[in-house]
Amino acid sequence: MRADDFLYPTDAGLYCPPGDFFIDPVRPVPRALITHGHGDHARAGHGAVMATRETLDIMAIRYGEDFTAARQVADGPVRVGGVAVSFHPAGHILGSAQIRLACQGGPVITVSGDYCRTPNPVCAPWEPVPCDIFVTEATFGLPVFKHPDPAAETRKLLASMAEFPGRPHLVGAYALGKAQRVIALLRQAGYDAPIHLHGSAQRLSDYHLAEGIPLGDLRPATTPKQIEGQVVIAPPSAFASPWVQRFRDPVISFASGWMAVRARARQRGVELPLIISDHVDWPQLTQTLSELRPQEVWVTHGAEEALVRWCELNQLRARPLRLVGYEDEEE
Amino acid sequence: MKAFAALLERLAFTPARNAKLQILQHYLERTPDPDRGYAFAALTGDLKLRTVTPGLLRGLAVERFDEVLFALSYDFVGDLAETIALIWEGEPQGELSITEAVHLLETTGKAGLPAAIAGVLDRLGPSERLAFLKLATGNLRIGLSARLARTALAQMGAPTLDEIEEVWHGLKPPYPEVFAWVEGGPRPDRAALAPFRPVMLSTPIDLDELRALDPADHVAEWKWDGIRVQAVSEGGVRRLYSRTGEDISGAFPDLIAEITWEGAVDGELLVRSEGGVASFNDLQQRLNRKTVSRALLQSHPAGLRVYDLLIWNGEDLRPRPLMDRRAVLEAADFRSDRIDISPLLSFSTWDDLAALRADPPDPVIEGVMIKRRDAPYTGGRPRGPWFKWKRDPRVVDAVLMYAQRGHGKRSGYYSDFTFGLWSGDTLVPVGKAYFGFTDEELRELDRFVRNNTTERFGPVRAVAPKLVVEVAFEGVNRSARHRSGVALRFPRISRIRWDKPAVEADRLDTLEAMIDAPNVFDAEAARAGVRHGRTKRRE
Ligand SMILES: [Zn+2]
Ligand SMILES: [Zn+2]
Repeated sequence: MRADDFLYPTDAGLYCPPGDFFIDPVRPVPRALITHGHGDHARAGHGAVMATRETLDIMAIRYGEDFTAARQVADGPVRVGGVAVSFHPAGHILGSAQIRLACQGGPVITVSGDYCRTPNPVCAPWEPVPCDIFVTEATFGLPVFKHPDPAAETRKLLASMAEFPGRPHLVGAYALGKAQRVIALLRQAGYDAPIHLHGSAQRLSDYHLAEGIPLGDLRPATTPKQIEGQVVIAPPSAFASPWVQRFRDPVISFASGWMAVRARARQRGVELPLIISDHVDWPQLTQTLSELRPQEVWVTHGAEEALVRWCELNQLRARPLRLVGYEDEEE
Repeated sequence: MKAFAALLERLAFTPARNAKLQILQHYLERTPDPDRGYAFAALTGDLKLRTVTPGLLRGLAVERFDEVLFALSYDFVGDLAETIALIWEGEPQGELSITEAVHLLETTGKAGLPAAIAGVLDRLGPSERLAFLKLATGNLRIGLSARLARTALAQMGAPTLDEIEEVWHGLKPPYPEVFAWVEGGPRPDRAALAPFRPVMLSTPIDLDELRALDPADHVAEWKWDGIRVQAVSEGGVRRLYSRTGEDISGAFPDLIAEITWEGAVDGELLVRSEGGVASFNDLQQRLNRKTVSRALLQSHPAGLRVYDLLIWNGEDLRPRPLMDRRAVLEAADFRSDRIDISPLLSFSTWDDLAALRADPPDPVIEGVMIKRRDAPYTGGRPRGPWFKWKRDPRVVDAVLMYAQRGHGKRSGYYSDFTFGLWSGDTLVPVGKAYFGFTDEELRELDRFVRNNTTERFGPVRAVAPKLVVEVAFEGVNRSARHRSGVALRFPRISRIRWDKPAVEADRLDTLEAMIDAPNVFDAEAARAGVRHGRTKRRE
């Protein structure tokens, strides 16, 4: 079977005809395989969803138990139609997976979803999944993105808290994944005071705790009187809402890979940019391609132009899929 | 370089003055000599290094990186030095101190510079690479004035800011003697001739407050709308300083050439025009220039109007009462028709002075100065001996156009506003202001912005043109840099006009008419309370 008949982009997302399913579809479909729980990849309203147990749990938390008519935990290799399917850790957020597809006489395809190779205390590490066709994101697909050690970025936050002990530090972090990772990084750095959460990150953080991820003492950031700790984690959108006004003279921080670029940090009015990303940076991306050495690289979304150029320079066949509908949760 | 890079990064993103000061002070306390001295000089622009050009940087990039990948990266990042700092593939090896970096840039010849810079980039981490490139290109862009930096020094120890400023001139980076002094060592000797002495500043006053004072204890003179300067000439060294101690001699060679006496004098720098004084706008043509063309020297000649003497013929007059100094001043011969004396005003009651203030003889007067006859000359801003009684601000009614979220204590509130005036059917932005509100007003404005947003760009929102604000300001200049063609001096929002429909806000030509209007604070107009873009009525 030709690769193009095995998996191809449609308006709804990547479609696999021999298995009759979509991967991370952006609109409701009868059968969906979902890489991870971020809203743009995991949507409600499908007929049937196959994903890791954690991703299914996260979808139920976000959308309610009826987010899909039927669900199946991806556990070990399974057959879907004529396709052998298996899920492998992607190192992006809790439950995130790469999906390997194989069928008789066709190529092996790995759809990596969003992935990251930097050790992350809130999820299982990325694993190489050898393949003929590697489907990759390119969110940070420019050679300027070389994410620094997240522990060093965490020390920046702690240093600022020591410098301004009287000022609350509001850290913007996406509610799923980044928020918990920042908390875990603070705990690893020895910070054990209560950490306050904006309401939108509460239930997902509780779920991480229930999964045995040590996030320590978490409290709601409701009224100023109740806030004892110096760190408050909130989705970046909260900074534009009157919610911020309850804090006196806060230091506005933001944890995202985009913070590597000053203009981006300035544009958001950030006083303490923290370069912490859940996506592969350029060295990891190019290292992954060099190691897997697939026959072909398909680029789903992001800065595909630069990545395709790099593949050209390195004698790798590459093509952009230009999938639409995938936002970037680090924005 | 690590600590310096962290310092630059924090300063670049920290908007509040006090937080900036604190960050700098902590850095200076924790960093050894001579690193901190070089860092200090780099921040204040006093480090004179061979500057690395953008061309050289581009050359480095072309040698190392694929052209297409570099172009895509530069396009995304938008800043050449930053792109190179980010894209470079170096591994941090040991520590390169800022002192070593400065020496390297000082001692490397032009031909060897590209290789030397690449060599340094190879052994630094990304934020240190950026700090090094900013140092090398001499473009730190962190919005920190020399005075603010010296304020951080003053916070570190016993010497006051004025004492530090007085010894500063003639000292060279890395200033070991200053750091030793603020940490308890001896006061450094003044190294240079013709140093700057801290100037005496005034505090604002109004008629009600004046009534508590005896007019007989005071003298008054015009407050000139020029630039406050200190002209110093000692042992053949002649310098002109701004009131914060910046050496601005280079921009005014014509005035320097007129100094043939020995002393330190306090006065107003003005541009002369036929038979009088040119506008502040004309003076601005002469500011912020490293060199001045002959044509400009001819068309905009600089002059000095002296109002006090600090040092005269070797004698320090500062401890003596104002009237003693004034006697020496009036007897002095400046031997130049560019240098004259600011005259005293004749008055016996505060109402006399009020009448003079309401009808000044020259448009380049922005009020009156009131000084105690027996006061010595004291650097800084002592409350009492010197007052400024400025003319009333001018006002226009403008329409709120854009709002930006504030920082620090105003975090989360839309508190920085851009406002505009009508030109035909469109609003043209004329200025920005963020002060002048009470907490209650701040909340109301914030609510208004959130409920009337039409578009968002990052932290900025465009708002529906519905709200009129009264904007007070000190003057209007022509400005090619502004779309409106005019620039307001010291604009602030003085009142929110919830009551006024936006269509009734002022027009741009109202403001234009105020640019060269010679009698905007004409006594008649002031008394009649003509407010349409003229003078604010006293309430
Ligand atoms: Zn994701
Ligand atoms: Zn994604």
